[in-house]
Amino acid sequence: MSEPASAPRATALREIHEQSGATLVDFAGWLMPLRYSSETAEHKAVREAAGLFDLSHMGEIRLTGPQAAEALDHALVGHLSKVKVGRARYTMITAADGGVLDDLIVYRLGEEEYLVVANAANVTVVADALTERAKGFDVEVTDESAEYALIAVQGPRAVDILAPLTDADLDGIRYYAGYEHTVAGVPVLLARTGYTGEDGFEIFVRPSDRAPQVWKALMTAGAEHGLVPAGLSARDTLRMEAGMPLYGQELTADLTPFDAGLGRVVKFDKPGDFVGRAALEEAARTARERRLIGLVSRGRRPLRRGQDVLRDGAVVGTITSGAPSPTLGRPIAMAYVDGDLDTTAGTFTVDVRGRGEDVDVVELPFYKRQS
Amino acid sequence: MSVPTELGYTAKHEWVRIEDGVATVGITEFAAESLGDIVYVELPDAGTEVTAGETCGEVESTKSVSDIYSPVDGEVVEVNEALEGAPETVNSAPYGDGWLFRARVSEEPSDLLSAEEYQALTKDEE
Repeated sequence: MSEPASAPRATALREIHEQSGATLVDFAGWLMPLRYSSETAEHKAVREAAGLFDLSHMGEIRLTGPQAAEALDHALVGHLSKVKVGRARYTMITAADGGVLDDLIVYRLGEEEYLVVANAANVTVVADALTERAKGFDVEVTDESAEYALIAVQGPRAVDILAPLTDADLDGIRYYAGYEHTVAGVPVLLARTGYTGEDGFEIFVRPSDRAPQVWKALMTAGAEHGLVPAGLSARDTLRMEAGMPLYGQELTADLTPFDAGLGRVVKFDKPGDFVGRAALEEAARTARERRLIGLVSRGRRPLRRGQDVLRDGAVVGTITSGAPSPTLGRPIAMAYVDGDLDTTAGTFTVDVRGRGEDVDVVELPFYKRQS
Repeated sequence: MSVPTELGYTAKHEWVRIEDGVATVGITEFAAESLGDIVYVELPDAGTEVTAGETCGEVESTKSVSDIYSPVDGEVVEVNEALEGAPETVNSAPYGDGWLFRARVSEEPSDLLSAEEYQALTKDEE
């Protein structure tokens, strides 16, 4: 029986998720676990013990060749040629007008080899842009997303869970580093990265059909440490508490990295021209039009994306992400406000379907782990 | 999925139990599980008139906001105040301590679904 063309793609772990009782939803064209039981419990498990995530919807694009570094310096806003082999960078790809096309993590796998990890919804845009921008450089760009599964183990117990399963010396893998290792006997790219605000690892498995072996071994090893499978719902509240932007909400093609308060990722001092340089230099010079702030509600009603933020009754901004925060026990939100707005004065409220909810303005992130 | 046979149901996933002219209203286990963790419940004030099929409150989960539709015509006589501090009770005991409100009804609604009919409906939605 053939499925309709619009049916979402399944990851290599779909059967395991179904056996685990996951609620599966279509997310960016993929059938992904939203939650397994209680998303609040999954969130807390990641903060207090550990959670296991299937992130196989993310895209992996490989650049290989003598000029891979130069091509990425030209195509992205970051200084990727400076990244040492085995290290990773958070960076962005923008259009010529400076608008963000995606935020990325780029791993340098070798002198002439990089892996660019893109958001599921943007893989085609990023792969196409990289291919186009790499013309004239001695480099090959390959979208390998279909070949990869991605599993993340996140939380304070992640090291204890992973250590007996890998040949890697985990103490030697710093934050934002990634190397070829084995996990449960499967060759993987093992990286100390994540999107939860906790310590943890992301495990890139190729071919993807080896992923169930890795997942099952982690679940077994993690049982005594309180590891639970965690879905996209928990992932979203975890990243929100950590003040991390989500493409499509805090980041869009209408915003430059400077608008999002992430101008630090733009490296003007790198050699050569790069796509977006002129527009971004202008954006860096001119005052920021908007600023991303954190809001914590004094009430109980969840704050949601799209709701207006008011100061003394006048609209000053809009919420880009909002949710009940399991860690704070209060609704939280990220919102863009006018760049020159004095957030220390006045009374702030959010319009929740016609009712004003009192909120406090706070610095991001809402949550920072004790290191 | 539990669907107690002694209750009446609506196609919008409320349940109702009528005793001595007072209807107790909640949302079904199917609804609670579909919504995910319930984090806020907005209920009608005592004394409010509610109308069958019309919205009278909201249930908010981590990811969504859903209307509560009254299954009955009547006057609200009691709301479940405990849900303000513990909305997760709707998940843990949807047919028990997770009830939403009670309304005095003048006549029994005729169009409620039986447990069997409701179960058939949720099978289609799964």
